[in-house]
Amino acid sequence: MLGKTAGGLFWMFRFLERAENTARLVEAGFRIALTRSTDSETEWKSVVTTAAVKAGYQEKYDTFNGPNVVDYLLREKDNPSSVISVVENARTNARMVRTALTTEVWEAVNENWMTIKVLLKRPVRETELPAILGTIRQQSALVRGALHGTMLRNDIYDFARLGTFLERADNTARIIDVKYYTLLPSASFVGSSLDNVQWETILRSVSAHRAFRWLDEGDMASAAIADFLILDRRLPRSLAFCSAELVSNLNFLAEDYGERHKCHDLAENLRARLNNRDINSIFELGLHRFIGDFIRDNNVLGKQIETDYRFNN
Amino acid sequence: MQEDLQHFDEMLSSENGVRSPYFEYEKWFAAQDPVRLSKKSREAEAFFRRTGITFNVYGQAAAQERLIPFDLVPRILSNREWTKLSRGIEQRVRAINAFLHDIYNRQEILRAGRVPVQLIAQNEAYLPQMIGMAPPGNVYTHIVGTDIVCTGEGEFFVLEDNARTPSGVSYMLENRETMLQMFPELFSKIKVQPVSDYPKNLRRSLSACAPKNCQGRPTVAVLTPGIHNSAYFEHSFLADQMGAELVEGHDLRVVDGHIAMRTTRGYRTIDVLYRRVDDDYLDPLNFNPDSMLGVPGIMDVYRAGNITIANAPGTGIADDKAIYSYMPDIVEFYTGEKAILKNVETYRCSEPDALGYVLDNLAELVVKEVHGSGGYGMLVGPAASKKELSTFAAKLRSSPDNYIAQPTLSLSTVPIFVKKGLAPRHVDLRPFVLVSPQGINITPGGLTRVALKAGSLVVNSSQGGGTKDTWVLED
Repeated sequence: MLGKTAGGLFWMFRFLERAENTARLVEAGFRIALTRSTDSETEWKSVVTTAAVKAGYQEKYDTFNGPNVVDYLLREKDNPSSVISVVENARTNARMVRTALTTEVWEAVNENWMTIKVLLKRPVRETELPAILGTIRQQSALVRGALHGTMLRNDIYDFARLGTFLERADNTARIIDVKYYTLLPSASFVGSSLDNVQWETILRSVSAHRAFRWLDEGDMASAAIADFLILDRRLPRSLAFCSAELVSNLNFLAEDYGERHKCHDLAENLRARLNNRDINSIFELGLHRFIGDFIRDNNVLGKQIETDYRFNN
Repeated sequence: MQEDLQHFDEMLSSENGVRSPYFEYEKWFAAQDPVRLSKKSREAEAFFRRTGITFNVYGQAAAQERLIPFDLVPRILSNREWTKLSRGIEQRVRAINAFLHDIYNRQEILRAGRVPVQLIAQNEAYLPQMIGMAPPGNVYTHIVGTDIVCTGEGEFFVLEDNARTPSGVSYMLENRETMLQMFPELFSKIKVQPVSDYPKNLRRSLSACAPKNCQGRPTVAVLTPGIHNSAYFEHSFLADQMGAELVEGHDLRVVDGHIAMRTTRGYRTIDVLYRRVDDDYLDPLNFNPDSMLGVPGIMDVYRAGNITIANAPGTGIADDKAIYSYMPDIVEFYTGEKAILKNVETYRCSEPDALGYVLDNLAELVVKEVHGSGGYGMLVGPAASKKELSTFAAKLRSSPDNYIAQPTLSLSTVPIFVKKGLAPRHVDLRPFVLVSPQGINITPGGLTRVALKAGSLVVNSSQGGGTKDTWVLED
């Protein structure tokens, strides 16, 4: 496979994952703004921070309020991480790697772009927001379904999956990073309504509020949530899950190509710190520092994959 | 139904009404509910959008993609018409390859005085870099798209020879695919020769032209200028259908005297490069030094016999509009036979007598730039305003060498589907020809382009033309 094609696939699936994550962040923010009348500014601000677009946002707006944040995250062309931007980038990458995709995957990505372009043509009114977010999620599911259902399990698939999990790990880590203080055991007032809302927002941002309730029988506690998001191998958006997927997809490539690279060691290293780990040992080390290191090393891994598989030169 | 008696209509111009190739189709059409057909027509558009069969228009905002309108009434040729056409095309394409080999080597046709020396020597399309070399199998034009027009029963003319990088074949294939999806019942009723083997034949034909020293199964790649090129869809479509890599210049470099592409596992040699990049941009070391689209040094690899470039550089000299008028001579010179297909009468404005005639009769003529393509920079006399005519006359006087003129042909029409039913529109035809040492393969049919505006003669997609599926009947 061409290095450029591998890079195109990797980025195509990073962008698709980002579209879904951004939509989910908006959804969580919207929900908390609806259920809590006070201090929604802080919530919208943390949504923008989590999406890692705060600097760009502040160039355009002075205050963090619902309509501005929603517009910036969904429709702003100048925001490289807005849903409209990443959906378009995903489709451009798909055109570039068209020969590596099945007709089903290409059509799903193309239709995703056509649908969302129309949906986001005009500013989104509050009444339409839930339906629009629903459509964005549904379109992503269609692309994912086409990928799983029609693509050969070869290097093409591996690069697509690497992009997905690298982006997802980054997203989950950033959600924790922005709200880490609410997850610290010392900050926890069990059952306090403030924490309950914060925790629920975090869980909603990774679509895991229902799963968590099932698994933990309804008892929300900061340590349990941190454990769930960081170490639980059952949750497809946890750091442990994502890093295990990164390792296994890189191993498929190594097997396929008969060659291991530096990125394989980096991925192993990323996973090792999550394996057989107790959440308390992470708290002892410092949750904020742990997550900061993870985000950095995850980025380094992405760059190394790019180099080892000759995406650019 | 609108009737246009001035022009030969391929469906309806017969003493008994419907011409025989259209007989079965017309019966079927008459029994259709127009509302259903309108619905089908919209479905086809949605299908093209979803599958991304679009093209980019130069001079319009970047990233703007448009559909080539598709008309659901097929253009139908009888097997007899096609046999004559394809024989004529094959003869012409053989002559073109012999001509190219000759003018880059012994130049016998020039010595025989059949084509003027300065027409070659001073032509930008003639590449000195190709002198004295012979591409693998002596094939220069691996892919040709001969533009054909029809003016009456059995009256076919070659309009252009497109021997550089003809495009449109993906539309031929997708149009058929669309028709099969929309009207499967038609194909069980009417036996139409298939076109779907084209990608397989293209791969086989290109592979057969691999360099002599290539071991094993040749690696074929398609070179595209990139996703912003107007024909990018076609480049990726063909690569995909052939199972070949789609590469850009920056994926390639010279490694150990070969052209190699950067893969996830290092550089891998390419044996045959189907390039959809113009000569000028192919090699910044040998041609346009500013080109970012090509591969530095590829011409040296080519001259060393380590890669096949399809089509060969320098083939443009054969489809040059100034050379066109010599084609009947060229065919005769190399094949020893009279040309089967007619040439359109052509006035070379470089000749003073011809220029005088052209200026006197501008309103009746079509004037084309010698190096132009895509319908840009041409004048259609009968459709031009007084002002346009005088502006063009001035251009002609100041650089006559740059132009040729032809009488306005009374192009045939084929009906298109409109709200009121059928309406005649002018068409041309571009059959696709594959050349290899094993022979010449012409896909039955080709791409029919249709001028969607009533009375218009310009069929180019960049100028508002559409396309039709083209049928060659089994018998």
